[in-house]
Amino acid sequence: MKSEEEISRRRGEVSGAVTYEWLTQAEAARFHKDPDNFKPLRASSLVGQQQQRLSDEREGLFSVIDEFNLWRSKPELAEAVAAIKALTAVIQRSEATTMMGLEIDLKKASEALKAWDETSISLSAGCDLFMRYVTRTSALEYEDIVAGKARLIERGEKFGEISLKARQTIALLGKDFVQDGSTILTHGCSRVVLALLKLAASNGKHFHVICTEGRPKNSGVEMANQLLSAKIPVSLIIDSAIAYTMEKVDMVLVGADGVVESGGIINMIGTYQAALVAHSMSKPVYVAAESYKFARMYPLDQRDLPLAPCYVHFPGALPESVIAEVSTRDYTPPKYLTLLFTDLGVLTPSAVSDELIQLYL
Amino acid sequence: METRRGARMVIDPKVRQVGFVTPGSELGRPAAPEPPGAAAPVPVVANSPSPVIIPLLLIPDTSSLRTTPLPVPSPPSRRVVAAPPADDSMPLGSYNPSDAILGSSQGSSERTGNNDKHGSAPTDSLADMSLSNASTLAIRLEGLNVTNDGISNVLSTSTVRSAVAAAPTSVEHAFQTSSGQGIIGSVPAVSVDMAAAANPQAGIDPRPMPLKDRTSKAERRAIQEAQRAAKAAAKGVGTDIAAIADGNVANEVKSSKPSSQKKGLSEKKPAVFSDKKPVVSSDKKPVVSSDKKSAEKASEKDKRKDIPAPRMQFDDEQRVAKAKRRSLIEQTEAKNRVELFRHLPQFLHGTQLPSLESKFFHEDPLHPHPSVFQVGLQYLTREIVGGNARCIAMLMAFRDMINDYSTPMEKTLVRDLTAKINSHVSFLITCRPISISMGNAIKFLKTRIASLPVTVSEFEAKHSLILEIDRFIQEKIVFADNEIVKHAVTKIRDGDVLLTHGSSCVVEMILVRAFELGKKFQVVVIDSRPRLEGKGLLRRLLGKGLHCTYTHINAASYAMQGVTRVFLGAASVLSNGTVYSRVGTACVAMVAHALGVPVMICCETYKFHERVQLDSICSNELGDPDALVEVHGRKDVYSLRGWADSKHLHVLNLMYDATPADYVSMIITELGMVPPTSVPVILREYRKVPYVM
Repeated sequence: MKSEEEISRRRGEVSGAVTYEWLTQAEAARFHKDPDNFKPLRASSLVGQQQQRLSDEREGLFSVIDEFNLWRSKPELAEAVAAIKALTAVIQRSEATTMMGLEIDLKKASEALKAWDETSISLSAGCDLFMRYVTRTSALEYEDIVAGKARLIERGEKFGEISLKARQTIALLGKDFVQDGSTILTHGCSRVVLALLKLAASNGKHFHVICTEGRPKNSGVEMANQLLSAKIPVSLIIDSAIAYTMEKVDMVLVGADGVVESGGIINMIGTYQAALVAHSMSKPVYVAAESYKFARMYPLDQRDLPLAPCYVHFPGALPESVIAEVSTRDYTPPKYLTLLFTDLGVLTPSAVSDELIQLYL
Repeated sequence: METRRGARMVIDPKVRQVGFVTPGSELGRPAAPEPPGAAAPVPVVANSPSPVIIPLLLIPDTSSLRTTPLPVPSPPSRRVVAAPPADDSMPLGSYNPSDAILGSSQGSSERTGNNDKHGSAPTDSLADMSLSNASTLAIRLEGLNVTNDGISNVLSTSTVRSAVAAAPTSVEHAFQTSSGQGIIGSVPAVSVDMAAAANPQAGIDPRPMPLKDRTSKAERRAIQEAQRAAKAAAKGVGTDIAAIADGNVANEVKSSKPSSQKKGLSEKKPAVFSDKKPVVSSDKKPVVSSDKKSAEKASEKDKRKDIPAPRMQFDDEQRVAKAKRRSLIEQTEAKNRVELFRHLPQFLHGTQLPSLESKFFHEDPLHPHPSVFQVGLQYLTREIVGGNARCIAMLMAFRDMINDYSTPMEKTLVRDLTAKINSHVSFLITCRPISISMGNAIKFLKTRIASLPVTVSEFEAKHSLILEIDRFIQEKIVFADNEIVKHAVTKIRDGDVLLTHGSSCVVEMILVRAFELGKKFQVVVIDSRPRLEGKGLLRRLLGKGLHCTYTHINAASYAMQGVTRVFLGAASVLSNGTVYSRVGTACVAMVAHALGVPVMICCETYKFHERVQLDSICSNELGDPDALVEVHGRKDVYSLRGWADSKHLHVLNLMYDATPADYVSMIITELGMVPPTSVPVILREYRKVPYVM
């Protein structure tokens, strides 16, 4: 009873006037009160840095990437947050004596990070977001370098909490879209989608989830396992059975690697196809994505995306002349999406661009 | 089509009656207008202790009527003449003190004007007070209790106050009922001063009470008669006659008052009254007193501050006639105007040129600055075309003008320069209707002028304005174009086939830049008659060494096959994402959409406009119809020779069309690439600051 009340109160909090500014929300983010959680990692990375610092100049860039990878290895941490954490470490370690110098250091580091994995959208979105914060905070100009640094570091720390908070917000906002007795198709493995479905189930909703196999990484199988552990009934289909299954599906719910300016999403390969099928059968397609995945890019078609090839195992021996063309993700245009559940609220695809314009311009 | 337009062809503004309307009076009102002489209204003004002095001229200024799409009750209140010398405490407008303060300077002039009855300081809104409206009020109020104490008080306090109170009421009323006709600001103008003298309380009470119940139709009528009288006086009948008229008014008021109190008789009055109304309106035209003009200007300025002026509708004969009288240029209207586009200017092309040339050495204070004049001529002869080019040319001309400007004696720079710019803009409009981007630039300039601090010296003001103009050109056009090019080239890949239509300078810059970057792509230039602007683009692209294909719009569906990207320019992007651009753009965009080719619109944000437009009809520009008929270099295509004489032929040469947002994949602005749905966001975010954008 009480918990329900609390939930509804909290929901009121998040759904009411979800106007957003990353920075103000960062201020408010006190959800996760366990900063110690991250300490060991940082400490170890610092040791690593000190060792590396002995080598040469260029190794500064390498350490950023190492740092990023360290953070990324944490299962609960999103890539964008890991990037921000890595950049925070750069600040800590920076020997710049002016804010300008610090900014230049940061810029270099974020360029290096982006160059390291050009295909990752949330990585670049995270870097952009943090850089945006650094360049935008005018107050920094008036503070001395130590205070400025401390402030930036503090901000960076908070992004981890924000990431968790955002996921919770989305789950709260989105769970009402899950109807009792419905069948939900999901594609790929998304932590946000998982949180949403778990919350809906814990609220007493009875629903059935259909997971796709999710080749080439078989992420669907992982998703199914996680759902099963939460006692949610799951069935698993192969990717090519999406159209076959769609008639008994009530809604499609997917995560996103990145949400682009047009309001479309970039997600695991096959999402576009699922959305197309759903659209043609008039089923709603919902996307759950944190707002730090909003990226300032505007792909016009699939070829506009930076290629993210991966190894795919085709059973049987392939003749040499056959080119296996594989990408790990695709772009779903906004017209096939119904709504986006974000921590800024439930948005239509066209509202994404509004938020992006306000965030970056 | 005909029937649809039929209703709008009405020239006389009409008020639809709402509420309790006496049927008889309604029927009587639109009765056939009497010949001007027949009903020449006996000019009447009371010579009783409290004569009604009407300082207003009734001049049918429909244009100003139409510039007020919102009820602005303030002007009438300010025109209400100031308190008599005896009563200083009386606010000018008896119900809107703040406004009275604003209008105080004017009030004094009115006061002086009152004495000789040459309608002083009538505002347009008052001046064109449509009697029909007033009668409406009278009708509305008819049947209400009249608590008038006596005939001896010809116009007692209650009358005056109620008349004043009636002003806002009638405004509201007109707004509710006649939005289509645009009689909005028309309010019965009542001079209160003498009445106030009779009963100072009228003046002291600044708040109008809902005094409907105290006024009678007859009183109202009396007021209107008096106004008419004043108008007649102003017409030049002379003071003497007006004086006589005064007596008549008094008489009539006296005689009518008792009758109104007998309710039975009252029904006739509106009918009688409205019979005379057309006469009044026909009388009004030629009278333009200088006082009136200045007042009109002032009030017009006021209105423009908060309300965007609606576009001139050229199917409104009165307004067209008025504009014609005002305009510097003589132009002949086209004979066979296209019915659907009657609201747009359709002049015979080239007819303005002789009159323009003859005016060139004419010394006239109203004469445009030589630079503006030159730019106007260049617009007219289509020497300067293209949104950016026209905008830059205009701004440079205004820059020259401001440079040579010196504030006349007894005028302030802010006001006089704004007026000057207005007159120059209207000159440019006669040369060629201005584009939306130019409108935005003008708005920018005017905002800058208006925001000049009063303390600034003329030299500094001019200097800062010139700097602002330079900055606008640099930031909003030059840098913006560079940014657009930067964004757009990222969308060009090796092996692309790019298609463009007509000639857009931004698209040209994009293509050239991508070529310079070493991208390997082909260009398809789609062209359309009659301007064949694509040829120029083609020539320039070929000169740079690009690989091009040239075809006409007829082959768009064929040419589109194999195209990977469509780049188009735009004259404007409207807030619903509609792209307003050179005619043919919509066609190309739709074909591209049908074939799944992304359509990218390249447009600087200064061209964005808050307006929403759904079709290409309500706002457009008509080109020279002759251009469609003649084919350059083809003597044999003369089958349409003398086409203008045929009643059955309407040749339509549209200049622009509207592409719905559905067919646009993205809009490339200097702020980045945005979907067409985000145009309102950009407008909202970047125009918060008074036109920083």
